[in-house]
Amino acid sequence: MNEPYIQFKNVTKRFKQLKVLDDISFDIERGKITTLIGRSGMGKSVIFKHIIGLLEADSGEIILDGRRLSDIKHRDRRKLKSRMGYLFQNLALFDAMTIFDNIALPLREKTNLSENEIKEKVNDKLEKLEIIDTANKYPSEISGGMNKRVGLARALIMDPEIVLFDEPTTGLDPIRKNAVHSMISHMQKKFNFTAIIISHEIPDVLYISHKILMLDNGKILVDNPPDELEKITNPIVTEFIQGVETLKDDMTGLQNKKAIANKFEETVNQMTTHCKFSLIIFKINALDEINENLGFIFGQKIIQHMANQIGEFLPCSCHNSRYSDDMLVTLLPDAGIEEAQNCLNKFSASIKKCPDLPPQGYKPMQYSVSAGVAEEKRCGTIEDAMTPALKEMNMIGEFTLNSN
Amino acid sequence: MTFIHSTLGHLGRGTITTVRELGRVAIFSCHATLLIFTYPLKLRRIVEHLYFIGVKSVLVVSLTAFFTGMVLGLQGYYTLSKFGSEGLLGSAVALSLIRELGPVLTALMVTGRAGSSIAANIGAMRISEQIDALDTMDINPTKFLVAPRIAAAIISLPFLTAIFDLVGIFGGYISGVIMLGVNPGIFFSGIETSVGFNDIFGGLVKPLFFGFVIASISCYRGFNCNHLKPGVKGSEAVSLATTSSVVIISVIVLVLDYILTAFLI
Repeated sequence: MNEPYIQFKNVTKRFKQLKVLDDISFDIERGKITTLIGRSGMGKSVIFKHIIGLLEADSGEIILDGRRLSDIKHRDRRKLKSRMGYLFQNLALFDAMTIFDNIALPLREKTNLSENEIKEKVNDKLEKLEIIDTANKYPSEISGGMNKRVGLARALIMDPEIVLFDEPTTGLDPIRKNAVHSMISHMQKKFNFTAIIISHEIPDVLYISHKILMLDNGKILVDNPPDELEKITNPIVTEFIQGVETLKDDMTGLQNKKAIANKFEETVNQMTTHCKFSLIIFKINALDEINENLGFIFGQKIIQHMANQIGEFLPCSCHNSRYSDDMLVTLLPDAGIEEAQNCLNKFSASIKKCPDLPPQGYKPMQYSVSAGVAEEKRCGTIEDAMTPALKEMNMIGEFTLNSN
Repeated sequence: MTFIHSTLGHLGRGTITTVRELGRVAIFSCHATLLIFTYPLKLRRIVEHLYFIGVKSVLVVSLTAFFTGMVLGLQGYYTLSKFGSEGLLGSAVALSLIRELGPVLTALMVTGRAGSSIAANIGAMRISEQIDALDTMDINPTKFLVAPRIAAAIISLPFLTAIFDLVGIFGGYISGVIMLGVNPGIFFSGIETSVGFNDIFGGLVKPLFFGFVIASISCYRGFNCNHLKPGVKGSEAVSLATTSSVVIISVIVLVLDYILTAFLI
C-alpha cells in the first residue's frame, strides 16, 4: 500500500453560513494521479487552496508528507510551497509579462540558474507544448487554449513534487485536451509527482487517474479507483456521471472505452444469434518517446490518423473504439478469428504513416503499430477477451518521421 | 437616548475600524520596507518602478510646476507691488515653491498619476488571482510587488520635487521678469540671498515621507481591495481601491506636510 502523501482528516470549512467542506476525510497517495470530480461550486478548488495554504481549515487536520499543516512554521510552509505547482482555473497569468517571462518567473525568483539556462528550460517547455511562437507575446494576445498551455508550462517548470491542476482542459479542442491529459500522465510517470486534478472530462480523465474523489455538498461521496466507479449505486453519483459522461472519444470520433465495453456486453448477450465474434487490438508503440521528443500534440495526431485509417479500411459493420491512450480496439460481429485475421492483413497492407510533419529541428524518429486478434468465447468481460490478443501482438507497420 | 447610543456606537465602531486599519497599513508598510533590504535585492525591479513612478511623472510634474510658478509670479508681483517690494518676487516664488508647494504639489501629482495606477494594477492582480499565483510559487508577493514600489517612490519623489522647484522658479521668472518686467538680476539675487540650506533640506526631506505614504497606501489598498468594503468584489473593488487610495493619500500628504513643517521650521 502506497503511503498517503496528503491526508484530510475531518476537515470542515465554512464561508459565513455556507459549509463548503463538511467533516471530510480522504487520502492522496504519493506519486499517483487523483482526480476530484463534482458539480460546480461544491468546493473542489477550496480543497486545493487548503493544500497550497491559501486557506486554513476551520476544524480538522491536513497532513502533508507526515506533518500537520497547522504545525508547520511560516518559513517551512514557504519551502513546502516551492515543492508544489498549481494550475489555476482562470490561469492567473501575469498580464503585464510576456509568455516567456511568465514561465521563467519562478526560475528567476527561486533558483540561481543563469539566464541562458532559464532560456533553455523555458524554450524546452514551450516547444513541448507547441507554443514556442508565442514566447514574446502577452497573454491577452493569444487564444484561451494557448494560455492554458502557458499555465501548464508554468506549473511544471520547477519540476514540483505535487501538482494541482484546476480544470486543466476546459476550453481546449479535443486534440489539445487529449494532449494535455497525455502530458500530465507522461510527466507524472517521468517525474513521479503527485498530481491532483479537478476535471469534468469524464471519461477521458479516468484513463489517466489512479483514484477518483467526488465531492458533493461538502461530503466525499466517492473515494475509489476509476474502475470501481461503475459499481457505485449512490444516485447522486450515477446521475452526475451520466450527466457529464460521453460515449464518444471527441478526438478520434470513435467510441470510447465504456461504449465498447457496453457493446461487447450487448454482443455477448446476443450470442445465440451471433454464433461468434472477434476483436482486433491496435497499439501504437513508442508513443511516450514521440510525446516526449515531438510534443504531445503530435502524439495525439498520430492516434487520430490511426483512428481515421481504421474507420476507413475496416468494414463498416465493425465497432471501432479508443480503448486507452495508445490502444484502439475493434469489435467484429459475426466474424471468426480467421476472418478477423484476414481483415487485419488487408489493413496492414494499406496502413500509412501519419501525414503530419513533426516540428522542425528534430532528429528523425520511428514509431510502429502492433496488432493482435482474438475470438470471444463467452469468457465474460472485454478485458478477458482482450488477453489472448494482447499476448500475441505482431508489428503491422513501422514508420519513420522526418520533419521534411 | 437611543439616538445618543446609536451615534456613540457608530462613532466608536468607526474609530476602532480606523485605528485597526491604520495599524494594518503600518504593519504592511513597515514589513514591505524591511523587505527592500532583504536578500535577494531586487534592484532591477526597483529601477523598473523608478522609471514608471519617476521618469514618467517628469512631464506632468514639470507642467504643473511651470504654471504654478507663473501664477506665483503673477500673484506675487501684484501683491508685492502694492508695497513697492517687487524686488522680493524672486525670493517669494522660490521660498513658496521650495518649502511648501514643491513637495506637496509633486506628491499630489504623483498620487494622481502613479498612486492610482499602482492601486489599480495591484488590485487587478488580486482579483485575477495573480497575487495568489505568486504565493503558490513561493514568491513573496509583498517583496515582489510592494517593496520595489516603495523604494522607487522614496527615491524618485525628492528628484521630482527638485525638478518641480526648478521648473516652478523658471515659470515665476517668465511671468515676473519677462512678462511683467521685474529686473532679472534682482529676481535671482533675491533667491540667492533668501533661500538657505534649511529650506532646501526641509523641501527635500518631506518628499521622502510623501513617497513612502503614496506607495504604501496605494499598494495596501490594491492588495486588500477585496476586503475594503463588505460585498464589494471584482472590478468594483479595484475601482474603490483606486479612488479611495487617491483621496486618502491626498489628505495624508496635507496633514503630514503640516506635521513635518512644524518639526522642520
